[in-house]
Amino acid sequence: MTVLASPAACPACVSGAATAAVAADAAGHVLHLALPSIHCAGCIAGVERALAGAPGVRAARVNLGRRRVRIVTDPDIGADPALRALSAAGFEAHELDNAALGPAGDTDGRRLLARVAVAGFAMMNVMALSVAVWSGAGEATRALFHWVSAAIALPALAFAAQPFFASAWGALRAARLNMDVPIALAIALAAATSLHETLFEAGADTWFDAALALTFFLLAGRYLDHRARAAARSAAAELTALEMPRAVRLEDGARRSVGVADLRPGDRIALAPGARIPVDGVTEGSATIDRSALTGEADPVRIDADGIICAGEVVLGAPLVVRATARAEDSTLRRLAALVEIAETGRHRYTGLADRAARLYAPLVHGLAAMALIGWWVATGDLHRAIAVATATLIITCPCALGLAVPAVTASLTGRLFRQGVLLKSETALERLAEIDCVLLDKTGTLTTGALTLPKLEEAHARVALALAQGSAHPAARAIADALADRDPAPVTSLREVPGEGVHGLWDGAPVFLGRGETGTELRLPDRRIPLPLEETLRPGAADMVADLKALGCEVRMVSGDSTVRAGALAACLGIARIHANIRPEGKAALVESLRASGQRVLMVGDGLNDTAALAAAHASLAPATALDAARVASDGVLLSGDLGAVATTLRIARMAHRRIRQNLGIAAGYNAIAIPIALAGFATPLAAAAAMSASSLCVVTNAVRR
Amino acid sequence: MNVLLILIPVSVFLGGLGLLACIWTLRHGQYEDLEGDAARILLDEKQEDRTAKPEKDG
Repeated sequence: MTVLASPAACPACVSGAATAAVAADAAGHVLHLALPSIHCAGCIAGVERALAGAPGVRAARVNLGRRRVRIVTDPDIGADPALRALSAAGFEAHELDNAALGPAGDTDGRRLLARVAVAGFAMMNVMALSVAVWSGAGEATRALFHWVSAAIALPALAFAAQPFFASAWGALRAARLNMDVPIALAIALAAATSLHETLFEAGADTWFDAALALTFFLLAGRYLDHRARAAARSAAAELTALEMPRAVRLEDGARRSVGVADLRPGDRIALAPGARIPVDGVTEGSATIDRSALTGEADPVRIDADGIICAGEVVLGAPLVVRATARAEDSTLRRLAALVEIAETGRHRYTGLADRAARLYAPLVHGLAAMALIGWWVATGDLHRAIAVATATLIITCPCALGLAVPAVTASLTGRLFRQGVLLKSETALERLAEIDCVLLDKTGTLTTGALTLPKLEEAHARVALALAQGSAHPAARAIADALADRDPAPVTSLREVPGEGVHGLWDGAPVFLGRGETGTELRLPDRRIPLPLEETLRPGAADMVADLKALGCEVRMVSGDSTVRAGALAACLGIARIHANIRPEGKAALVESLRASGQRVLMVGDGLNDTAALAAAHASLAPATALDAARVASDGVLLSGDLGAVATTLRIARMAHRRIRQNLGIAAGYNAIAIPIALAGFATPLAAAAAMSASSLCVVTNAVRR
Repeated sequence: MNVLLILIPVSVFLGGLGLLACIWTLRHGQYEDLEGDAARILLDEKQEDRTAKPEKDG
């Protein structure tokens, strides 16, 4: 299969430029940037022109489908010049982590496509020869055509049909039956009997064209399915790659940006407010941190100097210096991610509809073929004739439509979900999502955005509150200051913090106070008291989603590590009746387990590390794009849009997929119900097989792609 | 029917040429960005100067 790029094959392409580019790659650094906003030819030209002018950038090539640009730069200049050039030209760009992207070239997809090409080429040639045979060629011509067909078909099948043989062999070795077993058997038997006919000119039909057409149709379906999921997987990998794992290390007073993987215990790391802590460590100085990703508590936590912090937590308020105590791969975050991978393998035991259909179908068809062989042999005493009939039975009932029934639907609907911002990574995710009857929603970070909002305040009061809040490092004060950060503080003087009480100050000579009141946090002005309950911001579409899910017949429950009061208030305003509050991470997984034991199929939607075990244990799981990497890895799908309405849409499309798959299996079964008696009676010809195979495959694919 | 002895090799050869061309496009990553290639046809030649060839690696 080594085909070299010869200029003769395409004189129009400048092979010199290709060689030059490869040479540049060898000396320079290859970087990938995400370009979320590009969408047209003008953007491609704009980005490439901007990068052409950037210093140190040797080459740039935009991939519009993946919203990415691959650039080759001078060694060691990093992505900054390119990012600056792009931002000057008005394009939003982010650096992607090459390691997290993985090998971008879709090797599996390319290999599948090569097999499709070979099978297609061989099928068309053999079909052209077969047409001459079917329309009544003479004895010598017929023999010649059979030989030529065999010469084309056998090597082509040996290469193109490998995935079916490999998968069938794997299934048989594990004593299982999957859809590839009847496919591989039909292809192998068709090739073997046809070769026998060719060698001995025994006078019966050859089936090379049928074997090749079967291979071609099934490979094409498989490729489309692979392509749809590869797009979703690559987009999901990009989310991880966007979180550039870099940290600022303090070296003798100098600040240096290093890769997180290069951090060693003892390193001092400077963290800006809002930064996620890259490795486990201890703090130098006190800090306010957000632990919600790990524990689910919405309230920021205050820790003192030399306090222990874990990777994955977020620094709030002031900048912080952390002394690393572990390397990145030994940190809490990674350890949890590794646990998830172990838990996830359990889900691979799920048997898809196709395999369940194969379990019914394969024994039936193989039994019928065996009966045909024995019946015809006993009845006519002609073994050769009996084998021909048995082969015809296997091929004409060959599971072409059956093999396409599932991939055609999943490819089409995974693609449709992808365009709506839902990335499904797992093969059987659509089928599992269709069975969901209970939805478990995490509160912090999933139903809410994690940011806190204040009730509406008059402008003057808001500015006073901000001024007072800035006088304290208390988590509540920090949260209020963050919520009001877009305003200017009022001129409040004599700020004085009383621990356990609040902040006092003077505004226009009158005393003002922000702190603990009778019912919670409140702002005391000279003339009035304003309660300031901090509320969590709901994600858009949350209430609609709950209503939609109920309309779909799902039981909706909320699970949270937060207090019962808080969770209850939120659940009431969303219309969720069942809440599980104060649940620890292990508790979430146990809850999923107990729901499963009571016979429910649970969809878990969650974003934090505390959800990962539950995400992995649930029948199906989804995570928002803002979720931690580990949570996204553990779930079947990622919701790119901030709108939670996508959850209901996903379930609706998954149920549609389930219906379509069943319809397709029905079509295939109906077709077999007609074909099997004809084949058993010995009337099946290669021409009939070719026509029926194409017609049934077209039916199935059309049913899969219709709106 | 001796003409078949010429025609069959010719037809197989032509088909094989098509297959080789297809595999050549495959090895040059021409299916990596179908959406982008569809848009690129609208661009002027000059802007293509500095663009690298489609990638083979990551």
